[in-house]
Amino acid sequence: MYAYDELDRTLLNERVSEFRDQVKRRLSGELTEDEFKMLRLQNGVYLQLHAYMFRVAIPYGTLSSRQLRRLAHVARRYDRGYGHFTTRQNIQYNWIKLAELPDALADLAEVGIHAMQTSGNNMRNVTSDQWAGVAPGEIEDPRIWSEILRQHTTLHPEFSFLPRKFKIAITASEHDRAAIKIHDIGLKLIKSAEGESGFEVLVGGGLGRTPFIAKTIKPFVHGRDILSYVEAILRVYNQYGRRDNIYKARIKILVHELGIEKFAREVEEEWQQMRDSALTLDAAVVEEIRSRFSYPAYEKLPHMPDELKKAAHDPLFERWRRNSVFPHKVQGYAIVTVSLKPVGGPPGDATADQMDALADLADRYSFGEIRVGHEQNLALPHVAKRNLPVLWKALDKIGLATPNVNLVSDIIACPGLDYCSLANARSIPIAQELTRRFANHDTANLIGRLHINISGCINACGHHHVGHIGILGVEKNGEEFYQITIGGRADENAQMGTLIGPAVPYAEVADVIEDIVEAYLALRDSQDELFVDTVKRLGVEPFKERVYATR
Amino acid sequence: MTSPLQQKIKITGPSMVTANRTWDGVVIYRTASNGWTTDLAEAAIVRNADDARALLAESVADDVGAIGAYIAPVEIKDGGKIRPGNLREHIRSKGLTIDLSVPA
Repeated sequence: MYAYDELDRTLLNERVSEFRDQVKRRLSGELTEDEFKMLRLQNGVYLQLHAYMFRVAIPYGTLSSRQLRRLAHVARRYDRGYGHFTTRQNIQYNWIKLAELPDALADLAEVGIHAMQTSGNNMRNVTSDQWAGVAPGEIEDPRIWSEILRQHTTLHPEFSFLPRKFKIAITASEHDRAAIKIHDIGLKLIKSAEGESGFEVLVGGGLGRTPFIAKTIKPFVHGRDILSYVEAILRVYNQYGRRDNIYKARIKILVHELGIEKFAREVEEEWQQMRDSALTLDAAVVEEIRSRFSYPAYEKLPHMPDELKKAAHDPLFERWRRNSVFPHKVQGYAIVTVSLKPVGGPPGDATADQMDALADLADRYSFGEIRVGHEQNLALPHVAKRNLPVLWKALDKIGLATPNVNLVSDIIACPGLDYCSLANARSIPIAQELTRRFANHDTANLIGRLHINISGCINACGHHHVGHIGILGVEKNGEEFYQITIGGRADENAQMGTLIGPAVPYAEVADVIEDIVEAYLALRDSQDELFVDTVKRLGVEPFKERVYATR
Repeated sequence: MTSPLQQKIKITGPSMVTANRTWDGVVIYRTASNGWTTDLAEAAIVRNADDARALLAESVADDVGAIGAYIAPVEIKDGGKIRPGNLREHIRSKGLTIDLSVPA
């Protein structure tokens, strides 16, 4: 966990007071909506279909049990008893009242949580690997650097009025769990030949109506230079990024139009003028930030405790363990992914009661720490393996032990037309129906790793372009239709999926997905060949044939 | 961005003006008596572009009471019952189409 200091606390409290005054002036009519809109967006407040939506940042996906309880409190006190975890390590509340928002923000500020950088044309919440600091083989904890970037960019005037929103993700592992290649800037922490920490810097990734995979702009930037290098990128973007057309304003468009070589030259030129400046990170500063992250006092534990050996005889426990428990860097410990994808439930939603109960379980079994992943699941990052059986039972009791992590029913979905004012079509009911179709865990296990992503419009909050199967809702003559893509992926080999054919109506989507999965099971060359690899080997044609032959 | 009042207004059937209430965001409809209601049955219905423009203009003028006013289609059923004219308005009027883990 990162410990905030007095400066952080003062900043948050001042921010709450400022927003309280702004809300008061808005409600009295002193501020018009036109004047107020940007101010509310800078505090994470959108207007959706039914109400205001309040988006709260969970920087690099790390939460303490105290913070999770406070998120539960906000859900219960100010909303309708639940929250929705998003694909960018935020939580959204869908029914909040503007008049009560300052109180909600004040309650959150008491535990160091805020809504800055969750909306507006600024540097958004810096995201990272939800297994940061505990993943085996990690270069080092990427959250140190995420926090440095968070501090530098928060309320930074140069980054507060960018042409469009700007998102950074950081990973420090070979396997990318932070989806860095679909971010405006992706940072991959690596070591130089001399053993010094630095970054491969990627730029220009993003989804939406014009999707691009990020390209490497510089293979190695020393850690001490990361602020100046990122700022050089932002300066070039600020200077040349288009402000006349919202659809062409993201940095990905600039990188695409200039070409990565020319863009890189521009950045290099800018950087050379500023690299040896106050932005150069002193090693002591990095160490100071590092020292404010506390790590558990792990015990020396056996790799395979008796409790685990005994529980292995229970097929239900084993089913959950196989899909939810992952290796930890410390022997005797494990990372537990907590599925927020129950059969028939909205992906990523958690009730206030579940949040409270999970906070208690984190205190008991995970040193009081919880993580939030971009797949819309939570994780307990430090669970002693001997406690896995008892944790499983406790999670099951609160509906958080669905054994489907990384399987076909572990669906990523945006809120869609049920909540979102931008959406053209519903996402959640499609996801719910699919989880029912694939509710049989033996079938889901037979299918293996398969990521379905659903977006209710081209803005792609459900990351449909990079789903193994992507589902995009569109509107045709007042009816909901869905385009299906296959073969996308969001990891270190990120790529966009390929459209398989004409959009299908709402009522046929689940049937089409079942057809695609059945085709895969018939076409894969072995049980080890993942869906996405079969698509890569055979292309989309056999799947297209299967889907459209009878339609 | 073009102001809603400057946008070309084209309506193809009975319509109403809807918005969200400023202090709590609740869905509201403009009434014929220059007020707002949460009940679609009490919404003012317009049937041509001029009336729609006028209703929108008075709605937008209430910047303190409402946010994001716009014209939306409705269907008038037998007996004069007003129904939302599309799925989006149906969801805004009737609520989510999904089951939640907690009662709404």
